[in-house]
Amino acid sequence: MPTTIPLTLSGYVVSASFLGNVPTFSTGDGKVVLGTVGRTVEAHATGLLVAQPTVDGKALLSGGDDGKVVRTTTDGVTTVLADKGRKWIDLLATGPGGTLAFASGRTVWAIDAAGKEHELTRPRAVGGVTLFPKGFRVAIAGYDGIGLWFPGTVAPPQELEWKGMHIGVTVSPDGANVVTSMQEMALHGWRVKDGQHMRMSGYPAKVKSLSWSVKGRFLASSGAGVAVCWPFHYKDGPMGRAPLELGGRKEMVTRVACHPSEEIVALGYDDGMILLSRLADREEVLLRRPGGSPLSAMAWSADGFELAFGCEDGSAGVVDLTR
Amino acid sequence: MSDAIKTGAIPVTVLTGYLGAGKTTLLNRILTEDHGKRYAVIVNEFGEIGIDNDLIVESDEEVFEMNNGCICCTVRGDLIRVVENLVKRRGAFDAILVETTGLADPVPVAQTFFMDDEVRKYSRLDAVVTLVDAKFFLERLGDSPEAEDQVAFADVIILNKTDLVSPDELREVELTIRQLNPYCTIHKTTRAQVALDAILDRGSFDLDRVLELDPHFLDPETGEEHVCGPDCDHEHHHHDHDHDHHDHDHDHDHGHVTHHDTEISSVSLKGGILNPDAILGWISEITQAQGPNILRLKGILAFPDEPLRYVVQGVHMIVEGDLQRAWKDGEARESRLVFIGRHLDKAALEAGFKSCAA
Repeated sequence: MPTTIPLTLSGYVVSASFLGNVPTFSTGDGKVVLGTVGRTVEAHATGLLVAQPTVDGKALLSGGDDGKVVRTTTDGVTTVLADKGRKWIDLLATGPGGTLAFASGRTVWAIDAAGKEHELTRPRAVGGVTLFPKGFRVAIAGYDGIGLWFPGTVAPPQELEWKGMHIGVTVSPDGANVVTSMQEMALHGWRVKDGQHMRMSGYPAKVKSLSWSVKGRFLASSGAGVAVCWPFHYKDGPMGRAPLELGGRKEMVTRVACHPSEEIVALGYDDGMILLSRLADREEVLLRRPGGSPLSAMAWSADGFELAFGCEDGSAGVVDLTR
Repeated sequence: MSDAIKTGAIPVTVLTGYLGAGKTTLLNRILTEDHGKRYAVIVNEFGEIGIDNDLIVESDEEVFEMNNGCICCTVRGDLIRVVENLVKRRGAFDAILVETTGLADPVPVAQTFFMDDEVRKYSRLDAVVTLVDAKFFLERLGDSPEAEDQVAFADVIILNKTDLVSPDELREVELTIRQLNPYCTIHKTTRAQVALDAILDRGSFDLDRVLELDPHFLDPETGEEHVCGPDCDHEHHHHDHDHDHHDHDHDHDHGHVTHHDTEISSVSLKGGILNPDAILGWISEITQAQGPNILRLKGILAFPDEPLRYVVQGVHMIVEGDLQRAWKDGEARESRLVFIGRHLDKAALEAGFKSCAA
């Protein structure tokens, strides 16, 4: 089994990521942990609700229940990028060129590459935000569908409708498809160019984790006793196709993270187990034994040799696949 | 909620009540008094809450219909999100309090605790606490169905501002509350001065726990003895002690005297050992057909050759139940089922229930 450096963090692990080669974690009690020797920065005084690294991997951006969006760099310096007072910033996404979008309640804010902030109020609560991989465009999930917004333009968001409550959103790496996770325990997709619907259902639980495989050929998802991987490399995407199912167990998959260069998915389970599975032949490698708290965060290093993970009870670690 | 009664599930108290009934006063007390517990509080607006506390979150009541073909399946989206976020800060607080607006329907809040797996996993509905303004309650009932629903749905009622009415008026209000909901606990107060441990972390929504404390909970006649004055600090499982100081008589016929013209009534069914397939099929049928009219149902069922008690409860069309603790030695193996709802056909319910005998 590859070697693992275990860590014990002070709270629920909200995010795991790599800033350059530094494994970086954030916890629900407001802290950002840099590296594996316990260098800790207090990014939010009370609670941290969401965090994502910038696309260039130089900083971690986090939102908290102090209403702040904070940028933390590997030298431990924190900068407040936005302060929305008593709002809880629980949705945040980073985009190309240093762009950023975040939300609280019905309001979405987007910060462009020049640092200018744009604001949009949606008719009902926002369930998820993400930025397109190119340009400056925000996908906003909410009740009965999504809105695609070009901040800074006068045009209203393009609305793509599907009844139900959409609680998360992701855009394919080529920008061609937008997929939401729904309260109704399903995924729903739209082809951006023509609004063509894609229904992906059959989950026994809400899908809380989505990850695109290299070049966006598959969309891996949590929410079942397997990682459900929908094929997007066919002309009509996953429509009429059965998904690949990896790592079938009695326990639920709570996190998925696709490898950056190989068609391999890391699966994190409800009982703390981590498994690697290859899409082509479902070959499996055990990375962490069962018997712990549910996986709540997982991310690969850019070179794909290391996997950082964290759990609800604060246990965390970095798996090194080269040793 | 049975499966959520486990260590670590965060207790959630839902506080409802019509505008002006005293919710803010009570909330401020809970936030300032030294009761040894830290509450995360979800409010509709910060408004008059005088305390700045990082565990108070303002949230728009986002009621939405699940796209699952069930017209009753309304849940509170904001509540799901807030609970999920609070889970990331577990350790910073002990319990959650949800304040609803005066006009709010308590049903979507309660249903959220049945419908959302995550919410079920991390939290449990402890009690629906409804504040009632003794002076204006009867007037409110006439002009707003929400006031009626809030009372019919409650586990605990705080009958507040009792100093503003005469003893006769108070009695009328109490009887009206009992007519709408014979099974709740009532605390009579002024300025919302109720002992906080009498309303918080009680496990009132969990039927099994309630019955542990009070085996007569599902009997409306005994339910009457739950009425406690401000001078009464007794625990409810002691309710067999002398209640003379409460000065209420028991000669009225509960559920039949019409104090307030309402479509809401309750039906209490009692029987012996039941055929599990028959009774569960019947409950499912009734709730499918009459779901919108059923505000709540609760029951304990005895099955043949089954050492465990089956506990069932529901809100509208959503029903859940499972086998819980064993019947105790000497405990009568009886089945009891209570409905609170609109347009309930007592005779039909009685007949249906009877036909399920084993």
